Amino acid sequence: MMEWLAMGGYGFYVWASFALTFAVLALNLVLARARHQRIMNSLKASHADESAERPGGFREVTS
Amino acid sequence: MKGSPRLLEQAAAPILRPVDTFRTVLGRELTLAYRRPADLLNPLFFFVVVTSLFPVAVSPLPETLTLIGPGVLWIAVLLSALLPLSNHYGQDFDDGTLEQYLLSGQSLVAICVAKTVALWLVAGLPLVLASVVVASSYGLGTNVFGVLSITLAAGSYAICALGAVAAALTVGMQRASALIALLVLPLMVPILIFGTRAVSLEATNMVAKGPIYLVLAVAVLTALLCPLATAAALRISME
Amino acid sequence: MPWFLGLSVLLMVGGLYGGLVLAPADYQQGDAFRIIYVHVPAAYLSLLAYMVMAIASVIGLIWRMKLAHAVAASAAPIGASFTFLALATGSLWGKPMWGTWWQWADPRMLTELILLFLYFGFMTLRSNISERSRADRAGAVLAIVGVVNVVLVHYSVEWWASLHQGQTIANSDATMPASMLTPLLTMILAFSLFFGAVMLQRLRGEVLLREAGARWVRRLADGQVAERGKLT
Repeated sequence: MMEWLAMGGYGFYVWASFALTFAVLALNLVLARARHQRIMNSLKASHADESAERPGGFREVTS
Repeated sequence: MKGSPRLLEQAAAPILRPVDTFRTVLGRELTLAYRRPADLLNPLFFFVVVTSLFPVAVSPLPETLTLIGPGVLWIAVLLSALLPLSNHYGQDFDDGTLEQYLLSGQSLVAICVAKTVALWLVAGLPLVLASVVVASSYGLGTNVFGVLSITLAAGSYAICALGAVAAALTVGMQRASALIALLVLPLMVPILIFGTRAVSLEATNMVAKGPIYLVLAVAVLTALLCPLATAAALRISME
Repeated sequence: MPWFLGLSVLLMVGGLYGGLVLAPADYQQGDAFRIIYVHVPAAYLSLLAYMVMAIASVIGLIWRMKLAHAVAASAAPIGASFTFLALATGSLWGKPMWGTWWQWADPRMLTELILLFLYFGFMTLRSNISERSRADRAGAVLAIVGVVNVVLVHYSVEWWASLHQGQTIANSDATMPASMLTPLLTMILAFSLFFGAVMLQRLRGEVLLREAGARWVRRLADGQVAERGKLT
């Protein structure tokens, strides 16, 4: 097991690559979800505004 | 009722052949440049200052200068040619000329080509001439001048053509000039590679034919395709 | 979308097991070669995402299709992140192999770097235009100009690197045994599915933004938890 973790002396480089990769992949997923949530919220807010007699008030979400 | 068709007829200028549109716009641009010599002098002055900083910063030794010379000249030309780009369509946008161009029904591609050629004549060509002078101060021999001016002439035209696309995409924006640099510089890598290589080869008395042809090929491709993209970008930006 | 993600994760686990445990160490590079299992898929996806972006841009410009522009806008940030990964893992691979984090003479690293700049340009241009349809179409023009350039960059950089004859990572694709190759292909497939999953997630938001006025979006935004739950 320890031998496997050491990766023939290249452990740091191998594990850093894999850790970084999966961190970025996870981040992709989180950011995409967060953005979707933000868009939904702003749509909801603008819809609520419209119901309260504000015509065509869809506000742009940033980023 | 009778008057209205005639009114329309009078209002609509005849559609010119693209060649004539080209000639008219080119003439206008050159006249404007002649009346505003700062447009011509700014890039030139910038170029001379930048290229004179390199020997100070890197090394004044002749062997270093001949080594870095081709690259420094190319990059300096590239950066200097970026300077007038934010005004390239910006000025016409501000005073409403651009809108008139689009409404006129004349060939927009011809207008774009004319403006690119004018830009190159005003901003690009003087840089080519200046680079020959600076090249001699870097100790590059007279044998290089031919290759240097041919490749830089073609390269600077490509910069103008690509820059015109970026200028058209960013027309009317607040931070157009920084954005133009960000968009154009990565696109210039192929020309930069072939151009500097051609000059370096010639400077060390080797055959530079291959890279010269490659520079010309890329420049011709850029010159042919970019006006189409510029015209499309202008239509999008002005909609 | 959950199917894409689920299958992708499954394949990734399989690919990782195959790549990190089952595959033998390379006779030249030892265990460092295992970085290939994240580096090559990331590099592959960085190019694929750009192609998706460019093709969607062409479709969006010609047929004025909002959905295509939404695809291009969604692909860009994911592609940029894969490009970053390709560079970072390439660097982590380069350090033990070349003895340096960054090798200017390696044509693939340089191509990826310029690709990253092109992604940045695309996203910066878009974010600088507040009007959506203009941002869509201006970005599309840039993506198309860029895709012609990527080809030129690739060949010019390759040509240039051949002059400087630096050490590049040995290319042993042709002789790669199945025990090494299978995990690699699995990982490439897994990354592609992952790209698809994240892309669909982003695409949904982009479509909602573009159809903000439509009735179905309003009904969705009305906040029925049930309906939202179905979509998420």
